[in-house]
Amino acid sequence: MKRVVITGAGTVNALGQNVPDTMAAMREGRCGIGTLDIADLDRLAIKIGGQVRDFDPEAWFNRQQLSLYDRFTQFTLVAGREAMAQSGLEFTDELAARAGVILGNSGGGMNTLDENYRSVYEDGKNRVHPFVVPKLMNNAAASHVSMEFNLKGPSFTVSTACASSNHAMSLAFQMVQGGMTPAMVTGGSEAMLCFGGVKAWEGLRVMSKDGCRPFSANRNGMVQGEGAAVFVFEELEHARKRGADILAEVVGFAMSSDASDIVMPSKSGAARAIRGALVDARVDATEVGYINAHGTGTAANDKTESAAVADVFGAHADKLMISSTKSMHGHLIGGTGAVELLACIMAVRDGVIAPTIGYEEPDPECALDVVPNEAREADVDVALSNAFAFGGLNAVLALRRF
Amino acid sequence: MDVKDKVVEIIAEQAVLEKSDVSMDNTLEDLGIDSLGLVESIFAIEEAFDISIPFNANEPTESDFDISSVGSIVAGIKKLIAEQKG
Repeated sequence: MKRVVITGAGTVNALGQNVPDTMAAMREGRCGIGTLDIADLDRLAIKIGGQVRDFDPEAWFNRQQLSLYDRFTQFTLVAGREAMAQSGLEFTDELAARAGVILGNSGGGMNTLDENYRSVYEDGKNRVHPFVVPKLMNNAAASHVSMEFNLKGPSFTVSTACASSNHAMSLAFQMVQGGMTPAMVTGGSEAMLCFGGVKAWEGLRVMSKDGCRPFSANRNGMVQGEGAAVFVFEELEHARKRGADILAEVVGFAMSSDASDIVMPSKSGAARAIRGALVDARVDATEVGYINAHGTGTAANDKTESAAVADVFGAHADKLMISSTKSMHGHLIGGTGAVELLACIMAVRDGVIAPTIGYEEPDPECALDVVPNEAREADVDVALSNAFAFGGLNAVLALRRF
Repeated sequence: MDVKDKVVEIIAEQAVLEKSDVSMDNTLEDLGIDSLGLVESIFAIEEAFDISIPFNANEPTESDFDISSVGSIVAGIKKLIAEQKG
């Protein structure tokens, strides 16, 4: 089995439009959540989100590209360019033929859908732009990444709601680990902060009107975010030979399905995924210093996740740190695991643990060290990233300091 | 149809029961309605009366809207109708 390392990272999210800015915001415990700037806000009960502000697509793409790129594709390509530039990898010849891109995404081109539904239903138009379908299909981002970086190997999009990115990155890891390809581009993105995207979530009655406060006794729901993160996963010897800078090692993953409820989380399903990732990574539970929680800020997720962590780690659960960076960047749904992997990289590489901001009142049902409100310095050997999706589909990744 | 009858009809349909099986002191749990069923019932009630019910599944007991029994739901809806339509 090959060892797999991360040699490039890129992102666009509410905290920053690159990795250094995002990590700086996480260190400072800055909140990227605010009042949404979208059409028909007055008809929404939920008016907040982790929106990417001052994003200028025209600075990145030409007119022809913009006619084909939904916002989720734009975020992905900008993040992809940053990751590729950092890795220094060029996909040519044999490497290009073997390497591919696997991305997580849940909603596809929601802004494209929203705009075009308005056009045909609200404005009564009978003609839509010819590129609606290629813009909205939720493999569009993966396809454009493959085209821009010449990735001709296995390429596709994984859609498992809030666990999409973790499932995607797990598969990319597995392909490199198994020797199928020396490198893969992976991660995920989401852009559903539009009227229809927020209205749909509003209907479920799980959203907070005033903020994301994971693990806090007064939490009252989740807050949506948007953005992307993209990584280059590379076989260790391949990276070493070319003298690449290594950000962290990916050491294992596990996936599980609750097979129980379409929205309510399950402690045993979550615990099986966490335990499975430790086994796959050949890591002892006591080596885990940090967990980036799924931590949505809903009543149900946070207590179930806390119970699952307590179950898997026993006494060590009180020693490790677990934080939810969704408190800062919001819940990026299909892209969330990718952005959250940045917090895990920061933990193992820089020894900085991103906080759970907005933490106001301890909850006895979430009695773990959630790194409240302020980042902390700590030596972390192994970090886990949890993702537990609606539909009961779970995926957990394990990173090790390199 | 008065408010009580309509609410009972909605709850009975959600619980797959006859209307006569739903009494004012039943809790939703008594009737086998889970959290998803509750959210669906609230939506159906909002649609039926064209009102907006302040309900967040994360803090079901914290809003002014009391869901502890069918009777309290009916009382809460009457109050909301008076506030929002009166």
